[in-house]
Amino acid sequence: MTKPRYRAFSFGRIAALTANTFTELSRLKIFYVILLFALLLIGSSLFMARLTFQQEFQVLKDIALGSMSIFISLLAIVTTARLIPQDMEDRTVYTILAKPVPRIEYLLGKLAGVVLLLAVSLAIMSVLFFLVLKMREQTVLSDTLRQMKDSPPDQIADALSTVRASAFNVNLLSGIALVYLKGCLLAALTLFVSTFATTTIFTTVVMVFVYLIGHLQSIARTFWLQTNSAGWITKLFLACVALLFPDLQLFNLVDDIVAGSPIPLALFNKTATLGLFYTGFYLLLAWTVFYRKEL
Amino acid sequence: MMRFVVIVLLVVLFGAVKLPAELALSATHRRLHFRAVEFDPGLREQIGQLGFVAALSGFRALVADVLFVQAHMAWERTEWGRVLFLFRQVTTLQPRALLFWDMAAWHMAWNASAAALRDPAQPRLALRIKAQREYIQLGKDFLERGIRNNPDRPQLYEALARLYRDKDKDHEHAAEFFEKAADLPDAPSYARRFAAYEISYCEGREREAYDRLHTLYSAGEKERLPTLIRRLKDLEIKLDIPLDQRIANPVP
Repeated sequence: MTKPRYRAFSFGRIAALTANTFTELSRLKIFYVILLFALLLIGSSLFMARLTFQQEFQVLKDIALGSMSIFISLLAIVTTARLIPQDMEDRTVYTILAKPVPRIEYLLGKLAGVVLLLAVSLAIMSVLFFLVLKMREQTVLSDTLRQMKDSPPDQIADALSTVRASAFNVNLLSGIALVYLKGCLLAALTLFVSTFATTTIFTTVVMVFVYLIGHLQSIARTFWLQTNSAGWITKLFLACVALLFPDLQLFNLVDDIVAGSPIPLALFNKTATLGLFYTGFYLLLAWTVFYRKEL
Repeated sequence: MMRFVVIVLLVVLFGAVKLPAELALSATHRRLHFRAVEFDPGLREQIGQLGFVAALSGFRALVADVLFVQAHMAWERTEWGRVLFLFRQVTTLQPRALLFWDMAAWHMAWNASAAALRDPAQPRLALRIKAQREYIQLGKDFLERGIRNNPDRPQLYEALARLYRDKDKDHEHAAEFFEKAADLPDAPSYARRFAAYEISYCEGREREAYDRLHTLYSAGEKERLPTLIRRLKDLEIKLDIPLDQRIANPVP
């Protein structure tokens, strides 16, 4: 009888862990977050009747992309924070790691499950957002046509193209992609924190602070690199913040996209690469702590 | 102990790799005029602790929108001081949104200035005119700050040109800003024409205006609009252009 061949690294095992994590997470009540997002979008359109169509589209896009950013960041932190503590509480982690599953595969599978959940959630939110935007665009287009029915055809075409340009913009997609990358890096960072944290609440609270510090990291970096008058303790503290924390402001391009600034492809690619680098590094850090952790 | 050293080394290595990338990306953001909210303690007092934290946490567009809706409601109640206060915050939070600069300037230079001139609480006309001029100046300030934050987009140059033209009858400045708008990509086709119209009202620049308007006229039927023909006809008389060189169109 031949022994089954054992592979040191198996995508099959990671896929199984990913599918399991995704199923487990999707059974949670997290999809209420998406319902809340939909209600927010629909509710916000109530007061928009008082605004002009350009203001309306700007506010609608700001609310939608801002909510996506909030909910995806929250989802990434809250769902990842409970993964390892929950597995320990349920004793699932012992069953898995007792089998020939390397710890890096376990972490990769867990992270991939969260990343998949974030992708599905963001896809649903994006579809909802584009549907609301399209519906409002159609309403404004038919209103414009009605109001300008006696105008020359070139003026009507001009007005309609202005409405269309104010509504959908292809740059919105790159903004959504950056929201997703920010979610992925937050998930990896949460996974790292949860490898040494003892409770879910501790991880979540730490991550809320990390989130805030990440948005102020650029200020700490500038002070560290450009201020000479600060004492060495201050400088050391600023250096730690600048070296350890990710600069989350770099991923907040949605505000500029909604404001009408196009995002050059090179800038998008560099930001995406940095996002993947952060995610990879925090996963590596999580593995360094986890691989010899006493369970 | 070994693991601790490895982690410290990894962090230092991570910092050494990410820091240049972050600095390069920040520099690109500055070059493209993408601005994060300025770390200004005055802003915290204006928008409150919660709003300030929200603005610094990547939700500045949402905070700006909430303030914008508040400004809109203040405008409906004609509370001009509050409109000004809120628009200052909105434009600080979202300096790349042209709409906010344009709306702020419009409220100040057109609505608030007109309301100040008809203010029933102020019996002295001189003071009403003074208040009107101050509001127009506030409108200009918004547009000038908006242009400094968005020098690459034509809309605010055009709005400032209209303000100079319609509120100050300052054709020199109106021409200058229409011209600047016309030089930028995505400028509307009429910006160049409007610049020429404004030059035609400037003392001593009639010849230049005539040449520009004639060039536009020669560009084709699409440019031969009633105002352009009227301005050309006026300049032909003023400059005493020989009859055989005058345009054939009748005065509209």
